[in-house]
Amino acid sequence: MVYRAHVLLSSAAEQSGEIEQALLDSLYNLNLQDEVQVLEVATLGNPRLEPQIVVYPEGIQYVKLTPENVQHIVEEHLYKGRLVEDLMYVEEPVEPLPAPSTKEIRVVLRNIGKIDPLNIEDYIAENGYQALAKALTEMTPEEVMEEMKISGLRGRGGAGFPTWLKWSFAQRASGDAKYVICNGDEGDPGAFMNRRVLEGDPHSVIEGMAIAAYVIGAEKGYFYVRAEYPIAINTLRVAIEQAREYGLLGENIFGSGFDFDIEIRMGAGAFVCGEETALMHSIEGKRGMPRTRPPFPAQSGLWQKPTNINNVESYANVPQILLKGGEWFASMGTEKSKGTKTFAIAGKVKRTGLVEVPLGITIREIVYDVGGGILNDKKFKAVQTGGPMGGCIPEQYLDMPVDYETLGKVGSIMGSGGFVVMDEETCMVDIARFFMEFVQDESCGKCVPCRVGTRRMLEILTDICEGRGKPGDIERLEELGEYIRKGSLCGLGQGAPNPVLSTIKYFRDEYEAHIYDKQCPAKVCRKLIEYKIDPDTCIGCTRCARNCPVNCISGEAKEVHVINPDVCIRCGICSQVCPVDAVHIY
Amino acid sequence: MKSLEELQKIKERALQRRKLSGEGTRARIIVAMGTCGIAAGARDTMAAILKTLEEKKITDVTVTQTGCMGLCEYEPIVQVKVGEEDLITYGHIDVNRVPELIEKHLIGGEPMEAWIIQPSS
Repeated sequence: MVYRAHVLLSSAAEQSGEIEQALLDSLYNLNLQDEVQVLEVATLGNPRLEPQIVVYPEGIQYVKLTPENVQHIVEEHLYKGRLVEDLMYVEEPVEPLPAPSTKEIRVVLRNIGKIDPLNIEDYIAENGYQALAKALTEMTPEEVMEEMKISGLRGRGGAGFPTWLKWSFAQRASGDAKYVICNGDEGDPGAFMNRRVLEGDPHSVIEGMAIAAYVIGAEKGYFYVRAEYPIAINTLRVAIEQAREYGLLGENIFGSGFDFDIEIRMGAGAFVCGEETALMHSIEGKRGMPRTRPPFPAQSGLWQKPTNINNVESYANVPQILLKGGEWFASMGTEKSKGTKTFAIAGKVKRTGLVEVPLGITIREIVYDVGGGILNDKKFKAVQTGGPMGGCIPEQYLDMPVDYETLGKVGSIMGSGGFVVMDEETCMVDIARFFMEFVQDESCGKCVPCRVGTRRMLEILTDICEGRGKPGDIERLEELGEYIRKGSLCGLGQGAPNPVLSTIKYFRDEYEAHIYDKQCPAKVCRKLIEYKIDPDTCIGCTRCARNCPVNCISGEAKEVHVINPDVCIRCGICSQVCPVDAVHIY
Repeated sequence: MKSLEELQKIKERALQRRKLSGEGTRARIIVAMGTCGIAAGARDTMAAILKTLEEKKITDVTVTQTGCMGLCEYEPIVQVKVGEEDLITYGHIDVNRVPELIEKHLIGGEPMEAWIIQPSS
């Protein structure tokens, strides 16, 4: 049937049943039922405007309706073709957008959002390249290293190795050529700290690399950036060209006799290439797989030459340390974890996004002050730090300081700065399964425990989530996790069991509920839940039955409806459209 | 780059340029164009700004870009600095808001209060 007009009706409001009835009655009274189609939708947006409809083809939105003015709209708009202006939606004055009240300190991100990344002079105006000038003209490599030692900067890629020590190994190693590499292969799902630095302030990283090259005696640097960051790569390319033009890369920089230049290498998306030895294989054009260490890159790295490899954020800290002094940097953070760290806050918080906070800040401060608290004011359940190989930290550690050692103690890692917040509606077994699926997919396959073990762990977790869990599964997971951790070469395998082991440690009861009671306490795992209609609440409006995609709800109008659990796919649409909240999950 | 003095000279030049004096530039518009901004439509916003300025024959305003300032949920973000006045940061500036923003703030001199992201408390 062809209709001349369509009315979208939001079923989100409590009164939407009456509105619908009024709409259908008025259409019928004017004999418009074959000309105008009424379509129910879950929501039309802004809940403050409910009950609301949108009339097409004009696309007019009528808001805050009553059954009486719905009748008026049908008569005027749909019958006579006149718009009802006083019921139409007018854009309300927007309340001023509040900026987050933060506990942020910006060191790495100091220039981002302030300067034009495509204009080197903007960076120079913010004291850009002053640190390189100072290092090259006033300081010996040893003096630079000493300043780095005082600062206490540790690797921001995750492992937290002291940066000055890494530099000193590469400096002492002998070789006819040496290299510096910047690891910009940021692959953790939901992490974009490095991307933001590369897109917003590429010169700070270039300057940091040049200083590192000066210290270890390298003339050549490589940027390894994943191809999924096209804007970052383009910005970086422009930045390198401009630095060459201004003589800040190239030969005899600042008349000091120091030569240095940088090339970009793009990663093809393999997660494991963020591991330093795999990354160097990838630059060399080989298959990106990790190798045994020692020899460490500082002795034998890229093309078997001494190589220093640091993360984007580590390098971006360097110019500030030289300009303001190691003492200044060390004044931020804790005894062993100095300075600031960027985190990508994701998950169930009000303000997701990228923040930079001093190390030693508590998890509570990050979640509630910086992140604005849990979405919809639900209850905090856990936070996963450090990307897919990090562990889940439960509520009891909310007041724990965030630093390298403390995170390690509770079974997680700093990683590159992922920070995924979970609320009470998150199933911890399902989360563990999700991350296991990721690492299983990204395992390069070199080490058998990682290749086969993660696969087995994923199968067990999937069984548990789908109601096939059996006694002994938890112990099996723990045992496998231990083997994988011990028997893998690189951080991917060594860290892969973390999400599973930490959730078993802190949320064992949830695993047991899945295995023994075949229940998902968070009501997430579809195979373990059932949607039921409460016969005392159901008003027989038929809405659930009409919206069910698999037609598994039966019942006559004005009578109680019933869901057939054998056909139901647990999509939850019935519970969304029910006007009286009669559909519950069991 | 041969010396620290040369770097200092460039720095001073860049700072001078930022002050906008003596270049026939009355105001500066900065569009945040990180991945977050672009995903939220910053390219369209940028195009709309350039088009609106051209239509209104405004030539004494420079338009530049910057990276992500950490308020991704407010993208597209546009900053406006008129003369010596404070830099004002606007959130959610989509294509539809551009003409009004330019009309009211750049031509009329009155910032669009409702769209401003308030400074951190």
